[in-house]
Amino acid sequence: MTIGLGHYLSVGAILFTLGILGIFLNRKNIIVILMSIELILLAVNINLVAFSTFLGDIVGQVFALLVLTVAAAEAAIGLAVLVVYFRNRGSIAVEDVNLMKG
Amino acid sequence: MIQAIVFLPLIGAILAGLISIFGAHARNPGGDTVEHHDDAHGADAHASDAHDEHAAGDHSHDDHAVEPPAAGSRAAELITTGLLLVSAALSWIALVDVGFMHHDARIALFPWINSGDLQVAWSLRVDTLTAVMLVVVNTISSLVHLYSIGYMDEDPNRPRFFSYLSLFTFAMLMLVTADNLVQLFFGWEGVGLASYLLIGFWYQKPSANAAAIKAFVVNRVGDFGFALGIFAIFMLIGSTDLETIFAGAPGLTGKTIDFFGWHADALTLTCLLLFMGAMGKSAQFLLHTWLPDAMEGPTPVSALIHAATMVTAGVFMVARLSPLFELAPNAQAVVMFFGATTAFFAATVGLVQNDIKRIVAYSTCSQLGYMFVAMGAGAYSVGMFHLFTHAFFKALLFLGSGSVIYAMHHEQDIRNMGGLKDKIPFTYIVMVIGTLALTGFPLTAGYFSKDAIIESAYASHNPLAMYGFVMTVIAAGLTSFYSWRLIFKTFHGEPHDQAHYEAAHESPLWMLIPIGILAAGSILAGFPFKELFAGHGVEEFFRESVKMNPHIIEEMHHIPQTIAFLPTVMMAVGFVVSWLFYLRRPYVPVQLAREHQMLYQFLLNKWYFDELYDLIFVRPAKRIGRFLWKVGDGYIIDGFGPDGVSARVLDVTRNVVRLQTGYLYHYAFAMLIGVAGLITWFMFGAGVQ
Repeated sequence: MTIGLGHYLSVGAILFTLGILGIFLNRKNIIVILMSIELILLAVNINLVAFSTFLGDIVGQVFALLVLTVAAAEAAIGLAVLVVYFRNRGSIAVEDVNLMKG
Repeated sequence: MIQAIVFLPLIGAILAGLISIFGAHARNPGGDTVEHHDDAHGADAHASDAHDEHAAGDHSHDDHAVEPPAAGSRAAELITTGLLLVSAALSWIALVDVGFMHHDARIALFPWINSGDLQVAWSLRVDTLTAVMLVVVNTISSLVHLYSIGYMDEDPNRPRFFSYLSLFTFAMLMLVTADNLVQLFFGWEGVGLASYLLIGFWYQKPSANAAAIKAFVVNRVGDFGFALGIFAIFMLIGSTDLETIFAGAPGLTGKTIDFFGWHADALTLTCLLLFMGAMGKSAQFLLHTWLPDAMEGPTPVSALIHAATMVTAGVFMVARLSPLFELAPNAQAVVMFFGATTAFFAATVGLVQNDIKRIVAYSTCSQLGYMFVAMGAGAYSVGMFHLFTHAFFKALLFLGSGSVIYAMHHEQDIRNMGGLKDKIPFTYIVMVIGTLALTGFPLTAGYFSKDAIIESAYASHNPLAMYGFVMTVIAAGLTSFYSWRLIFKTFHGEPHDQAHYEAAHESPLWMLIPIGILAAGSILAGFPFKELFAGHGVEEFFRESVKMNPHIIEEMHHIPQTIAFLPTVMMAVGFVVSWLFYLRRPYVPVQLAREHQMLYQFLLNKWYFDELYDLIFVRPAKRIGRFLWKVGDGYIIDGFGPDGVSARVLDVTRNVVRLQTGYLYHYAFAMLIGVAGLITWFMFGAGVQ
């Protein structure tokens, strides 16, 4: 069995779905949300690389590298925000992070 | 000279007003109660902060001794009184100049309203009719100013008082010198305003405020008619200028005004509307209720405004517009009817009143009725004659009553008086003179004018002439009765209130001098003027200023002798009955009142007019007002308007707020749904195209 484009895309879709579910079903920890976002971004990356190979267009892989950079930056900033938030509020449980409500 | 007569009182009013304002400012430096003292409207509403200790109760004004008089009181008194005296002296000169030298004057001051067809200018018109009024107004006003210096000496707000008095005088002078109906209306409303301010002068008394508002509102009813009358004239003639109106009036006979399919005779309708204004101002039957209540004001005010001048404005207006009324005999019949009814009605009520000022007030009402009877008979100059003499003796009676009240320390109930003739002999004498003149004792002023009116009623061809004649003759007897009742109960008999009696004292010279002058006027104002007002000198004296019924004067002189004597007989009868009742057999009236309880109560309660009006006007009006307030404004307008809208906005936002939970995953979910929606749209919606 040759591993074709469909398989890569399936893996991407599964990862994406896991990421989405991770955001919504998670009730505990904001770090999990961050990780879920990473998952979503990785799913996108897999799609990009898969299409790049399939179409023979290198731009997709260049773009994947960009996404990785952004994901790293986002993780760094997100964790920094979380640390500050924890220092201020003493908790990063998702239930407790609701200061934005009216 | 005319300008000086008219504007000197205005200058006095302004100066006294400034003194009042600055005095109030000096008393409350920086306080926000300052404007309450000078501002007429604020005074009623908020002045309680300045008079906390008085605000609670119904205090008589002599409580004010604790409050220091306003700075500059004496200056204000002297300025206004001095200017008024000058003005009065000039008025007499003007009377001679106009009445005898025939120098009628029309002085254009400056234009006022210039709008399309409506051209109104400020101008002064002085003919004999006006000159007579100038003399009456300025003479009485200056004497009242003088009197007030004494009478108001305990009041802390004298500059304000004198300012109002002078303002009133100015407005009255504008009224009588008006050359067009709009200026007449200006003066008319001006005196109404001054009357309101002066009735409510002691604004810490709730009853005074109520009386002031009542006077104002009842007058508005009349003024509504007056304004409609002016509009009707403008519609018919296209001008409010008196000359133009008089020139155009004969062409209006037989014209009709169509009003919702009702063809009213134009002149009759106009005259009736105008007369409605006169009824309000002159307190005629049906619109009289404000006058007795107006006695809440200080006594000099009652003398000046509610006896001698303002209430005669209606009479003056009818005389001024006599060319119109002469052409509308039906309107004249109505005038005669209301005059005669008022003369009789007010006299009956006067029989049983116990407040000294109210008796004189009803007497005023009754005498105004007499004047309108003369107007209805077409004997305008005769009505003016009574106006002229009445101003003297009624002002005298009021100021005399004021002197009694002053002597009795603001006791006004004649049941608590008695025997005062030894304590205040001068007041007694002048009051008797005033009463003689009022009741028409031979050779006093009232004798000539009142008899002339009764004769004119008899001689006139008015359809209601006989009614007018009978009513005025009966009223003459009643007048004599209640006038002497007042004298007997006040000055004769045993003192009823020993404490007040002991403390009674004659008034200061400030007050006695004006009373003395008025007493002289009450005797002398009759005979020398008889020929000019009610004899063969009328044509020569009044000339064009009033349009008399051409035959009335002649016919008045040819009535039977018995008729001419009738009023004098009635006067004597009234006197004798009164003497019997109150000096000889004091138990008789008490017994009579007990036997005829119904009648007595009916009269004591003034024919239940106040109760009737309360029932048919005041309470329904209040109910309508309450309904519109609670339901119309509060429920409908506020409910569906501002309050409703704001409540709905709150509801919506409260729900929107609930959407914002603050949980990250809710926002993320919303985003996801949105993205899903957008993708669906682009996949299927965009694909269709």
